[in-house]
Amino acid sequence: MSNEGIGARVLRKEDKRFITGAGRYTDDMVLPRTGYAAFVRSPHAHARIKGIDASAALAMPGVDAVLDGNQLVGDGIGNIICGWMIHSKDGSPMKMGAWRALEPEVVRFVGQAVAVVVADTLKQARDAAEAVVVDYEELPAVVDSLDALKEGAPQLHPEAENNLIFDWEIGDEAATNDAFSKAAHITRMDIDNNRLVPNPMEPRSALASYDRAEEHYTLYTTSQNPHVARLVLSAFYNVAPEHKLRVIAPDVGGGFGSKIYIYPEEIVCLWASKRVGRPVKWTSDRTEAFLTDAHGRDHHSTAELALDADHKIIGFRVNTVANLGAYMSLFSSSVPTYLYATLLSGQYDIPAIYANVKAVYTNTTPVDAYRGAGRPEATYLVERMMETAARELNLSPAEFRRKNFVRQFPHQTPVIMCYDAGDYDASLDAAMKAIDYEGFPARRAQSEAQGKLRGIGMSCYIEACGIAPSKAVGSLGAGVGLWESAEVRVNPVGTVEVLTGSHSHGQGHETTFAQLIAERFGLPTDNVSIVHGDTDKVQFGMGTYGSRSGAVGMSAIVKALDKVEAKAKKIAAHLMEASEGDITIEDGEVKVVGTDKKLSFTEVALAAYTGHNLPEGMEPGLKEGAFYDPTNFTFPAGTHICEVEVDPDTGKVTVVGFVAADDFGKIINPMIVEGQVHGGLTQGIGQALLENASYDEDGQLLSASYMDYTMPRADDVPSYVVETTETICPGNPLGMKGCGEAGAIGAPPAVINAVTDAIGTNNMQMPASPARVWMALQSAGLKQAAE
Amino acid sequence: MYETSYHRAGSVSDAEAAIANAEDGKFLAGGQTLIATMKQRLAAPTDLIDLRHIADLKGIAKQADGSIRIGAATCHADVATNEDVRTSIPGLADLAGKIGDPHVRHMGTLGGSIANNDPAADYPAALMALGATVETNKRSLAAEDFFTGMFETALEDDEIVVAVTFPECTTSAYAKFPNPASRYSMAGVFVAKGDSGVRVAVSGAGQDGVFRVPEMEKALESQWSADAVANIKVPAEDMLSDIHGSSEYRANLVTVMAKRAVAALS
Repeated sequence: MSNEGIGARVLRKEDKRFITGAGRYTDDMVLPRTGYAAFVRSPHAHARIKGIDASAALAMPGVDAVLDGNQLVGDGIGNIICGWMIHSKDGSPMKMGAWRALEPEVVRFVGQAVAVVVADTLKQARDAAEAVVVDYEELPAVVDSLDALKEGAPQLHPEAENNLIFDWEIGDEAATNDAFSKAAHITRMDIDNNRLVPNPMEPRSALASYDRAEEHYTLYTTSQNPHVARLVLSAFYNVAPEHKLRVIAPDVGGGFGSKIYIYPEEIVCLWASKRVGRPVKWTSDRTEAFLTDAHGRDHHSTAELALDADHKIIGFRVNTVANLGAYMSLFSSSVPTYLYATLLSGQYDIPAIYANVKAVYTNTTPVDAYRGAGRPEATYLVERMMETAARELNLSPAEFRRKNFVRQFPHQTPVIMCYDAGDYDASLDAAMKAIDYEGFPARRAQSEAQGKLRGIGMSCYIEACGIAPSKAVGSLGAGVGLWESAEVRVNPVGTVEVLTGSHSHGQGHETTFAQLIAERFGLPTDNVSIVHGDTDKVQFGMGTYGSRSGAVGMSAIVKALDKVEAKAKKIAAHLMEASEGDITIEDGEVKVVGTDKKLSFTEVALAAYTGHNLPEGMEPGLKEGAFYDPTNFTFPAGTHICEVEVDPDTGKVTVVGFVAADDFGKIINPMIVEGQVHGGLTQGIGQALLENASYDEDGQLLSASYMDYTMPRADDVPSYVVETTETICPGNPLGMKGCGEAGAIGAPPAVINAVTDAIGTNNMQMPASPARVWMALQSAGLKQAAE
Repeated sequence: MYETSYHRAGSVSDAEAAIANAEDGKFLAGGQTLIATMKQRLAAPTDLIDLRHIADLKGIAKQADGSIRIGAATCHADVATNEDVRTSIPGLADLAGKIGDPHVRHMGTLGGSIANNDPAADYPAALMALGATVETNKRSLAAEDFFTGMFETALEDDEIVVAVTFPECTTSAYAKFPNPASRYSMAGVFVAKGDSGVRVAVSGAGQDGVFRVPEMEKALESQWSADAVANIKVPAEDMLSDIHGSSEYRANLVTVMAKRAVAALS
């Protein structure tokens, strides 16, 4: 009996090569005659390019070429696109400024590429890049989104008056205003969501080669979605026609969203490989990663919650200004709109919601989806408001939430989403029990006796995953469908290859996807290979982001498996002269129910390929493909509770306890799910306490290295307690909801609710750094003293 | 990194000759700052003269007068774990054990740290508070004359730190609040009591690098307790201010860390 099916803690098959250094990443790929690219980048946040003098660089040893934006535009390479159309409330389309892979006229953020050098060695390329003289005329810069909207602010793009990209709305404004006019209590807050740098362990990399004989390009790159990369590179950037371009994303060391997009460097390497007639490789260094990987978050919001006399929520009104940076990255427009405001109902039954979102250009690195993408921003807003309202009314935070929980499913919110299943009481109960909520006052007293402040805070989050029903997202402006594909190939000897459009860059697909085959046929996972990340091997697929590879990617595999199973059963029934309905497949054997007749799975597979004795009219082979398009989003939800201790003398916050009780629906491999939750929670705690992309007023990124950007380390986080509750997702065959982003979504408000509980003042923006917490305590103390 | 020539000096005179012959040479003594700076192309010495393998510059010895002499090329891990240091100057061993991470502690050296005089480095506080003497290939300098400002020392371009001698002290402790990102010191306070009285020195917080706090020293002379320093504030206008904390915050940290260093000894 195979013990590797659904629910088994199978050790990760891919870890052997990762742990022993045998992983193969883009930078490990070696092609003969490769030249190395070094980019000339803007040191200014905003400047006009008056001229580029490459003569000195071209004369340096080993230099093949120095290419700039004029040559790029001259060769017809297209502008970088944003693939999700958002319309403002007045009906006008979003205002997209031109983003060229090498900028010939005006640079708009520090680190923007203006030219590239290709040379025999990386060192030669870098030396020559320094010798390219760019004559800049500096222009005034603006970095904060609120400043960018002010009269007289520096203007980034002629297309976007007042730097406004769109002024979008969702919900019923009149009904919401009406609710506020009847409210017994209104809670108001200004809430910021701090800008983050994604920091995957492996930086971005590209190796492009052009085959003159076949007029064919190959691109190895760090991508979460190689097929989408190929599509966009072909259809929009005119680098190569789709059938003449192979994109390979080999082992990829983390993405968190930042490797969804197609960046200037990948485009330039492809284009340059033909121009210089040799393969071109570029690997980002860490400084380039800080400056050019799409950043995450960066919202300023004002939120108002209206309650009736019975403490039921009757209205929620939100105004958000989202900083999209200097250009619109591939999915940037969807993040502060449909991935954000559609989740503003949280786990609560709220009859009226209205949100207005303004997206703004600034002279900063472009902002796009980062782990959670919009949903952390929504959850942070909702759960800070819930906690604050409870405190203002002197209610138990748990009871106030319970009073407003959605309990009837399906539940249609006023902001598009229709929740299909959930049990929010169950996860709240589980989390409170696991952290011993009752015992908190005693623990607080203990901390006080040692001169420390202790606080507890919760967050009841919901997210929309399983991205996404193609028809629905199409109607909302998406430029692509968000289905997934799979092909299951049973080989003649019964081993199995699964070709998936999903892409693993840390998620463990090679293990969990193989568990589906173990479950279905009782074959050991060692007999299964997962093939992904190569557009020449795998049919078109949509890639991995938005916690979609389980609910969407695995559903496609299940559909393909259904077809394989049906055909195998037909063959077996024919061979054993039994009725098809009496055939079962288990433990790697194909049996006739109620008899001792059986064939091994291998014998059936072999029969399919020899074709010697197949049912009349059946095609040989045992290989089936499927496309799966979900009918709805999935809605993972849960409760996170954080307990902190604050040192009032230094302001340092220590997370002393963290419990996550999550409902991810059906779980395939609990060990991998726990790993995903641990990683997500660490990034969530990182956002809440440590991480911040900080710019000075001239647009220089101050936190552009680990000396100043506080990445969470092992000693910054506690031992997590991770529990799961389960309601089956009715929307997909496995009942799965997705787990990749939950930690990063649920954790930040739980942490800040705990910190503000500890320090007794609610005035705290993320990250709650020691200095900020100390300042908050000082101000609160001064205020108290004055009163 | 730009191209550079690496020399492994076998002796101090070897190193002196190498630097004299170099166009724009730099001494390398662990490289925990210099190599990172070079990799970012922010420094470009033509020659690196590595002092870390000079036998005369290594080792820790307890002297007849009770003082401890530490060779400049001794790495932090060796200082942190040395029995003589741990018994005679526990504050110094503790400080060395709190520098960076294990990799840094096995590469970085005492001489390299003080010659660089990063305002956020830990060692300068110990040298000042313990009244250490810096021995170079040319002369001996009191710690107070050695450190002359942020990233500035009295060292001449071709001068090499050979050893640091720490006089015997009765008691010593170091309390440090690390920068959340870099884990360098945001305020590190070294408190020492010896024959010459009480000394309190601060690293990480001051605009001009390491400094002593005479008011705290006086207060501790008359009353050895954390309470004695609890209300003594250093002037905020002399402290550093950056994205990790204002000068007011750092001034507060100096008082808090001083209290904790004393409390650890009470």
